[in-house]
Amino acid sequence: MSEVLLQAAQLCIDVPGRSDGSELNFAIQRGEVWGVLGPNGAGKTTLLHTLAGLRKPRKGTVYLAGSAIQRLRRRQIAQQMAVVFQERSDSFPATVMESVMIGRHPFLSAWDMESAEDLEIARAALARMELSGMEQRLVSSLSGGEKQRLAIATAMTQQANIWLADEPGNHLDLHHQVAVMSMMREQAAQGNAVLLCLHDINLAARYCDQLLLLYPDGNACWGDASIMLQAPALEKLYRQPLTVLEDQGQRVFIPRTQRHTGNEN
Amino acid sequence: MAAASYHTPRLLPALAVLSLGALLAVALSVSTGSVAISTAELWAVLQGEGEPLHRTLIFDLRLPRSLAAFATGGLLAVAGALMQVLLRNPLADPYVLGLSGGAAVGALSAMLLGLGSAAVSGSAFIGAIVSAITVFGLAHGTGSWTPTRLLLTGVVIAAGWGAVVTFMLAIAPTESLPGMLFWLMGDLAYARSPWPALTTLLALSLLLLPLGRSLNAMARGPLQAAALGVAVKPMEWSIYIAASLLTALAVTTAGSIGFVGLVVPHMLRLILGNDQRLILPACALAGGALLTLADTLARTIIAPEQLPVGVITALLGVPTFLLLLYRSR
Repeated sequence: MSEVLLQAAQLCIDVPGRSDGSELNFAIQRGEVWGVLGPNGAGKTTLLHTLAGLRKPRKGTVYLAGSAIQRLRRRQIAQQMAVVFQERSDSFPATVMESVMIGRHPFLSAWDMESAEDLEIARAALARMELSGMEQRLVSSLSGGEKQRLAIATAMTQQANIWLADEPGNHLDLHHQVAVMSMMREQAAQGNAVLLCLHDINLAARYCDQLLLLYPDGNACWGDASIMLQAPALEKLYRQPLTVLEDQGQRVFIPRTQRHTGNEN
Repeated sequence: MAAASYHTPRLLPALAVLSLGALLAVALSVSTGSVAISTAELWAVLQGEGEPLHRTLIFDLRLPRSLAAFATGGLLAVAGALMQVLLRNPLADPYVLGLSGGAAVGALSAMLLGLGSAAVSGSAFIGAIVSAITVFGLAHGTGSWTPTRLLLTGVVIAAGWGAVVTFMLAIAPTESLPGMLFWLMGDLAYARSPWPALTTLLALSLLLLPLGRSLNAMARGPLQAAALGVAVKPMEWSIYIAASLLTALAVTTAGSIGFVGLVVPHMLRLILGNDQRLILPACALAGGALLTLADTLARTIIAPEQLPVGVITALLGVPTFLLLLYRSR
């Protein structure tokens, strides 16, 4: 059932002060997890915002299930697409429950109050992100990792079939990184499409089907993860020598550093 | 104080309590004055009976002023809550974009020219609207505006208005100075009919009610709101226009009364949480009740002399707010 949920056609993202670079032409199918890798400032977040229709591309079009995204209303987009941002502002106090319930916003009309069903969806999302029992806590009192899981739980309540997440593993300990990435895989297994901006090559190697490498000069290449995960390409991408290890048939990349030989003490 | 619990079940009880409080505030306000009116007498008057003196006092003098105070307080508190969400800045108040300065220049010009109170109100309204349009136009510039840009433009324009106001006070003849100073501190003696302010408060509160959840999304920032399906630009425009209109009407009714618009939304957020579906109607009720009580005190503490109501709102509000803030840790 290959069906394209999100497509970039002749897309050039708009990064100020940079030439156009290569046009992006890719299609994310149902059931796929895509990873975007690139060094700081390569435009990963800009690409994610452009795919979400939150930022105008320099040229080209983003198609959401076949419709040009700029022709859709924000509400129609939000009913299909959930976005997890890297940065969040919490200028005003809100409880965890109030916060996670906002994910139901696209599905409620102006006069609707959240129903028992919405509450159930929100509770399930909190439970999945191991935040049960924190419903009445103020968001400002949560740790960075808990806030990150709350943001992901909020996106889960949207029950979207397209996920865009900017560094979903930020602030998370190893257990929760694995929990979040497994949840993303589950989303794909249910027939949804997932695109993640990642800075951890090993998470990308383990959980993504397709990878898009974004270079600081605007060039990009993409393809099957097994093909894209070559040490020379990644070393060029990050300008960092890498050591490749094998663990249970899985490649693991670690940065190679000069051994410190001086008198460090 | 415990963190606010999940809101939906508390919406109606909270609004019921606040409505009762608002009703009591108005009742207290119309019973208090040079001639005290007891509860029994007030009830009789409301039944269409009672002494003619009491009827005149209540319906012709005290009730219009109480309702004007209520409407003004409600308008300011709702406008403040809206501005705080629009600018995502808890320090924002209805005057942060220079509306009170513009209104003050309008009102004081009319006073300097020796015009009547209708002209003072009218030119205050025009001044406020001119200021709102100026700030928004300038902040917009060539690109799109950001909260910071809007805020900075507002602060600078307000400073400009402030200089003009000081200049007018300096050249004003001595006999018109008290009137001008009272207007600047907020004074309900200028209030004419309460109905324009009251109907606007009611109408806009009803119009804003269905936008409450979208405003909740807006409070998380424009990107997050857009990703949740809010049409951010039209929403920002609506908030800006609504808040400007509310503030302009409030300053037109009673001069620039400080404090209500800044502090009432915060007090309510500390107690009720930050769901705009609850906070906006609660602001209308609590802001109205606070200003009604403040005005009652302002005209009775040193009767027959009257204090500017802005003095009382601050004297009442500062300790209450600090207490709530202190307990919320």
